[in-house]
Order: sequence, then C-alpha cells, then structure tokens
Amino acid sequence: MAIEDLERILGAPQMPLQPYPAKVITLANGKEMVVREAKKEEVGVLLGTVYPLVGVAKDFYDVVAARMYEELLAWYRNRIANMFAIVGVIDGTIAGIVTSRQVHEKLGMSLHTLAIDRGLRVGAHLFAAKMENHIDVLGAGEVWIVAESPIGYKRWMLEYELEDRSSLYPEVRHELSGVPTHSLTRALWEKHRANKCTGLRPAPAHLLATAAKLKMPNRYPQIPGFKREQWQRASA
Amino acid sequence: MAARVGIAATGQIKFGNLSEYDLVDIMAYAATEAMEDGGIVEKHSIIDQVIVANMGGGIINHQTGIASSLVSRLNLEPASAELVENGPASGASAVKVGWMAIASGLADVVLVVGGETMRKVTGWAATDFVATLLHPEAEYNMGLTLPAFGAMFTRLYMERYGLTERDLALIAVKDHENGAKNKFAHVEETCTIEAIHDNANAHVVNNYVAEPLRLYSVCPVSDGAAAVILVNMDSPKAQQFRKPPIRIAGIGSATDTHCVHNRKDPLALAAVRVSAERAYAMAGLRPADISFAELHDAFVTLEMAISEEVGLFPRGKAVDAVRRGDTRIDGCLPISPSGGLKAKGHPVGATGVSQVVELVRQLRGEAEPGRQVKDPRYGMAVNFGGFANNVVTIICARE
Repeated sequence: MAIEDLERILGAPQMPLQPYPAKVITLANGKEMVVREAKKEEVGVLLGTVYPLVGVAKDFYDVVAARMYEELLAWYRNRIANMFAIVGVIDGTIAGIVTSRQVHEKLGMSLHTLAIDRGLRVGAHLFAAKMENHIDVLGAGEVWIVAESPIGYKRWMLEYELEDRSSLYPEVRHELSGVPTHSLTRALWEKHRANKCTGLRPAPAHLLATAAKLKMPNRYPQIPGFKREQWQRASA
Repeated sequence: MAARVGIAATGQIKFGNLSEYDLVDIMAYAATEAMEDGGIVEKHSIIDQVIVANMGGGIINHQTGIASSLVSRLNLEPASAELVENGPASGASAVKVGWMAIASGLADVVLVVGGETMRKVTGWAATDFVATLLHPEAEYNMGLTLPAFGAMFTRLYMERYGLTERDLALIAVKDHENGAKNKFAHVEETCTIEAIHDNANAHVVNNYVAEPLRLYSVCPVSDGAAAVILVNMDSPKAQQFRKPPIRIAGIGSATDTHCVHNRKDPLALAAVRVSAERAYAMAGLRPADISFAELHDAFVTLEMAISEEVGLFPRGKAVDAVRRGDTRIDGCLPISPSGGLKAKGHPVGATGVSQVVELVRQLRGEAEPGRQVKDPRYGMAVNFGGFANNVVTIICARE
C-alpha cells in the first residue's frame, strides 16, 4: 500500500472550522494581549514554548505541558481531528496557549489551557476565548471540560458553575484520561460570558502586526533563572 | 521597669501558592531565614521561647499542636512554645505575647513565627474558613463573609465620604506598584488605573467580587510565613546578633463588639482607634511622628478607614490623600510600602508578623530600591482581627 493511501487511513478526518476572529485584551498591568488563532505552521514555536514546562511539577504544569505538546504535535502531523489552538501574545511573545477540538458541530472538547505569564489572568482570558470559539463561532451547544490542576478546577468548574456529568459515565466521557467530565452548556455560557469574556474587535492592525511573528518566551515565572539559550544547549 | 524589647532579626518566605508544602515546613523556613538574618550560631542556647501565630491549622490542615511541631522541626527543644490564635490578628498578637514575655523578664530572646496555608482549599472554602471568626448565629449563619462585610462597609463609606470605585482602584495601583518590587509579595505585577478601571474591558479584568469591591479591591488568598526574633535589648544575648535591633516603641491592642450590628456606627473602628492610642501612649508619640504605616488592607477601603482611625488623616479625608498621592512611596506619608495585604498577600496567621518584618526592613533601610521609604524613623503596623473586633497596633523605632 502506498504511503499516501496509508495516510488517508491513519490521518484524522477534518471538518472545516470557521476562523476565530482576533481580539485585543488590555491586561491589568496595562499591556495589550493579542488573542488570535495559531496557525499550523506555527506549531514549531508553540512546541518550543511549551517544552520547558514539561519539567515543572508545580501546579500540574508538567502534565498540562506534556499533553499540550502531544496535542500540538498531533495537530501538525494530522493525528487529531478538528483541533484549534489559540494564543495570547504580548509584545510578540507568547503569554499563553489553549488547545481544543470540535468533536462534531454541536460538541466541543476542551483540551488544555497553559498560562505562561502569571498573575494577569492570562489563562482565564484564553479559556474564555476558547469557549467563545466553540460556542459563539463554531456553534457548539456545549463543551466538555476536565481539569488536571486544582487551579483549573477553581477557575472552570467553580467559577463557570459547570454541570457535573460524571454520573453519566461512560456515555459521557471526556477524551482525557477518564477523569470526571464537566460541561459548559450554551445556557451557562450565556450566563457567564459578560463577566468572563472580553476583548476589542476588530483588533487594531498595529497590534495584530506585533503578533504576526510569534516569539518564544525568554522568561518563565515557573522556572526561576530560565535562560533559553542555556536551556536549549542543555536539552540538545 | 519593663525591659526594652527590640527586633533583632527577621525572616520570611515569599507569599503565594505554597499549597504543595507543609504548614510547619514553611514556618520553619521563615524561622531559619530569621536565624540567618540574625547570624545566630548557637540557636539552642539563645532562644528561650517560641510563639507561633496561626488561625487555620486545625480547620484547613487538620493539624494542632503546631508550636510543638515547629520547635521540634527546628530542633529548638527545650525552648518553651505556645500557639496564639486571634483570627487575622494572630500575627501581631503573637508579637505582643513575645514582647510581654521579654518585658516581664520571663525570657530574653523569643522567636515569633506566623504561618498559614490557605490555598490547600478552594477560594470559597478559604473564605468560609475566615468567616468562622464572625458571630456564629447572628452573622455566620446568615451567610455573612468578610468580603460581604467589606462590601457593606465600603458602600457606607462611599455614601458618607464620597469615595468612588476609581479611588479603590487608585489604592490598588499604589499597592501593586510597591508589591511588584517586594521579593516577598504574592503578586509581583503592577496594574494601571486605565486597565482596572477606565477601559471598556476593565469590568472583566477587574470583576466584582462583592459589589462594590472588585478583584483589585481585595487581597488574594495566600500561603506564607514570617518570623521575627525579639530580644531584651539590655541582655548580653542581644549582642550575639549581627545587626542592631529595631526597638518596639509602642504596642497596644483593643477589642470591640463581636457583632458589628451592636456598634453605634459601623464605620467607627473603635478597636483600631484605642489600640493605636495605647501604642502611641507607650511610645510617647503622636500620629505626626509616624514616617510610614503598614495597614491591614484586606480590602482597600480599610486602608483609608484605618489611617483615619489612627489619626494619620482627619476622618473622611483619607480619600483626598489617596487622590493627591500622599500615600504613595514618594508621598508625604507612604502607606503599605510592602504592597500591603492587597499585593503582598494575606496568609492570615502570618500577616501581622509580616507587617513587623516590613517595619524592620524599612527602618534598617533594607527594602528593595524603589519602595524604600526615605529616611524613616517610626513605622506603624495595624493588624486587624475579626471585623475590627480585635486589633493590634505596633510602632517600631530606629534608634
């Protein structure tokens, strides 16, 4: 069998996804964060951003980073269906990444939320953007969500009052590791959107331009003393 | 005559999310830092007593006997050891008990350590835990929490003195500017008035927690520990420390009704006023002598209300001082140069001790560049327990 034929069997079938319109959020420290969809050709810089956090046990960064690394790689190599990634970009540098996928037109499957900058609610803003994409842009009726970290549990399950679907297992089963599944329904989204989701649209062109070419962070609050050059040499 | 009591050494762990660590371990870390700061070699022979401040060990950590545990962790046996629990004023109360031990002649050197790990539970559970200090039937059972009290207090303060939400945001900007430079602060990020108040998306970036209090009007839920070593300044043991002590010039505490509704005026913080009057009297000082203050801004309205009660500003006029920038680090009366509870964080049992750590660092000239008060002589700390029903004021002096 030709490799192209095998690829047709092994590769994930893809449905067309509406593009997520970029926006700009002014963070509490006054910096402007561009929130936009990542492109598949940007996976390299995303992987380089995520990889250092694979070794950070605190707050489950290791698990989230390792899984997100896999998701991004699978996206690049066409081994995951209907995935999208959204990035938060401050002065051209990646401040956070979220990943997710549309299972079918009515159901979203939230994958991971990774905040690199801390103390500015970057993760909360990006998670809200992910939900906005699923429900408002792609038209899903609900999004299934799990959390690895206690912080994630507080931010998503409690603050969004997610519906606990764990009693419906195995009919309702999130794709990540069989842990209890929660759901953000359209009704819950309507209830919380105004206080959780923000951003200026259309994003000003000059700010979009700063986020056109993504840069990997040179500073990770989670890794004191991090220096990318030294780290790259060591990991090589 | 009571012995002169000074603070010979301080230590602190950076406040934040330390939920993966054991409560006693973070206390031991702060204590060890203090011993390091004091240059103590023979800790067994020098420390007579250990006083521990903690509020939630029994509830959050399911752990009691914390003072005994800490002594053992530090290998300080046979030093005597006690736990002080006085709500969010536990820290300053522990300093007061340590001060009393030395002033009475019972001890010459006392290690005071405050610590709390509140992030082992959800924010809501932590809020519920702190609310257990309210009256169980008249307040707690009615669903009241400290943020709810703070919101009602702020609403009344707004009506009476013309305070606005923008004023609350101005205090947050000032606190975070200081906190961003404090190596011990939980939140090391600045914020701008545009981003947290003026901009169109400010309502999401700075969302309501308990209207009219927003995210940037209230302190974060923090873990942390802080330690000070108190000495009898006239004892030979004081000479064994490598830095000259900062004298505790005045210390006072006072109480008010447990139930807030039993007060004639809910905005009048009598325990704050009386505790400060007692501290001033002991120190022989007046409000005008104070160079800077660390006030208990668990929600930022309290910074103004406390500053008025202790006489730093006339009643109802603190808001004008905030608008003029008087309380900024470069203002005429800096308040919360540490970032305050708002930015430095509020691990309840540690807070009062941490405020004293800040007084000492400022008076020694050891604060980080950009948040060092210029040539301070007297620093004041007000640690606020309950809803102002048990308050401790401490005034420290550079000799």
